[in-house]
Amino acid sequence: MNDQVAYTQDLALLGTRSRRVRFAFALVVMMVLPFILKPFLLDLANQVLLAVIGALALMLLTGFAGLISLGTAGLLGAGAYTVGMLVREIAAPFWVTLPAAALLGAFLGLIFGLPSLRLRGLYLAISTLGLHFIVVYLGGEYEAREALSTGVIIDSPSIGGFSLTSAIGWYFVLLAFAALALLISVNLQRSRTGRAWRALNARDVVAGALGIDVQRFKLLAFMVSSTMTAVAGALFAYYRNFVSIDAFSLYLTVQYVAMIIIGGMGSIFGALLGAGFVILFPYAIEAAAAFLPARFGNMVFALDYAAFGVVMILFLLLEPAGLIGIWRRIRHAFFSRRTGPAS
Amino acid sequence: MSLQLVANVIVLASIYALVSTGYVLIYRVSRVLNLAHGELMMIGAYLLVSTASLFNNDPVVALALAAIFGLVMGIVVYAVLMRWLTGEAVLAAVLITIALGILLRGLSILIWTSQQFYPAATFGWKNPSVHLLPGVQVSAASLAIVVLTIVVYVGLFVFLQFTRWGIRMRAAGQNPLLAEQRGIRLHAVYAFAWGLSTFTASLAGMLLSLDSGVEYTMATIGLKAFPAALVGGLDSLLGAVIGALIVATAEILAIQYVNPLLSDVVPFVVLLIVLAIRPWGLFGSREQLDRV
Repeated sequence: MNDQVAYTQDLALLGTRSRRVRFAFALVVMMVLPFILKPFLLDLANQVLLAVIGALALMLLTGFAGLISLGTAGLLGAGAYTVGMLVREIAAPFWVTLPAAALLGAFLGLIFGLPSLRLRGLYLAISTLGLHFIVVYLGGEYEAREALSTGVIIDSPSIGGFSLTSAIGWYFVLLAFAALALLISVNLQRSRTGRAWRALNARDVVAGALGIDVQRFKLLAFMVSSTMTAVAGALFAYYRNFVSIDAFSLYLTVQYVAMIIIGGMGSIFGALLGAGFVILFPYAIEAAAAFLPARFGNMVFALDYAAFGVVMILFLLLEPAGLIGIWRRIRHAFFSRRTGPAS
Repeated sequence: MSLQLVANVIVLASIYALVSTGYVLIYRVSRVLNLAHGELMMIGAYLLVSTASLFNNDPVVALALAAIFGLVMGIVVYAVLMRWLTGEAVLAAVLITIALGILLRGLSILIWTSQQFYPAATFGWKNPSVHLLPGVQVSAASLAIVVLTIVVYVGLFVFLQFTRWGIRMRAAGQNPLLAEQRGIRLHAVYAFAWGLSTFTASLAGMLLSLDSGVEYTMATIGLKAFPAALVGGLDSLLGAVIGALIVATAEILAIQYVNPLLSDVVPFVVLLIVLAIRPWGLFGSREQLDRV
């Protein structure tokens, strides 16, 4: 892959007029949004932006390259803990911690990816699950050794005396990171790497016969994905001002897996939809719980689990193409003459 | 290693072995990995809580009823969920079981709250320590788990080897197409395998709850039993016993001599080592494995 090709393709991102219009519209909405949202909703928007980074990372790995990982929570935790430890031990500023988290993510991606050279499908999922437990253990061990009963507290990052504490400030920072993740994903998808990944996804033996370096592209998928996830974890730590290993349970991994299933496997836009859906879902359940008998009032999280399980099952059984599949069908039904066959 | 440690290893290995029968049965028959197994086991324990409060004078009835519910539970799960995924990608089936696990976790708290229950206390049973040898003691319920595990394994061996349904199950596992050609109803066999799987899991959950109570965290034990099944080879029952012994030994030793926090990690470290060296497990059939 040389720079010239990447550059021309980058230009072609907004090649058509309708794309430019849509992009400008999205840009305006995203810029205006934080100023009209209430603080609570702004926090939600920030959470969605954070989730978008992780969901895109998992979509690259599972949706494009077809490599299954149950390690998302472990990687997010690794990124967050890199920040926690560096801030606590040497009071490192963010421009040290974020690259450190990215580096650790790339390294862990290499480790997580190694089993993928020998294992496929279920067995790969299981080995990443094993690594998840190891990462969580190491974090818990650190907490226990340092006698941190509640986790690590992290000050907001500051740039030249200006401390990033306001939700609106965070919104634009997270928006920038999410946009960067989106740009990386779109470009990887359109480039030679993305095509190699799709070939691996279809059938890795054939991909190898076509001259694709299977091992290299598998490891690359894991490394890119893990780096993005670890950076998301680091941002999460700063955003929450706090790291505790309890936040990185297996349920978090399931949530990210659900994002790419519910959004629609293999679609970048689907990852965005899925991230929004999964993050907002608990709040919708909470709102709905207000209408239920008081007995359920103090068990909202259980209700949330149950409803989330049901929604995941329904999507898997009835709409394997996810939200993006529903969207395409609607578009096809209403605008089929204008847009031609659904892409 | 002191004799007490050996006793602890045997008790833990029995738990893992009993729970991993469920993984092995389902995987062997239908190549599906059931990641909701731990949750199903927990529901089995909660069912005992409910039947115990209904029949607190009649422990035998309560236990039998809960065990039957355990069997029915698996059949229902198959009929309602897994049935629709026959022939689909294996991944979809696994993801469904993950979703089912989340759903069951939520439901169990909605129905039984997050409080801890002690069905043994409902029956008015004590759980005395039994002195096996000088200086070696285990709880009575633990002893029951060891005995039950042996009974279940002998029973499963006889069932799979000699009975009509057992042979059908093995046939379906070996070659579903040919099995169906011979007139074996695959859906019935799969449903029965799921029923047996949740039945043994419920037995394990019930005895664990008699030993140390049940709360919503019990599902973790089910997940930790999975490495035992995989280390032995996912389609081998004998392998599950050996795998359970290996994992339990490693875990007890790590807790005793290194760090109690390692308890949740060691099974998965063993698993990663086995995956790196011999991914099909110690006794698993090699050609079936989806390897690169």
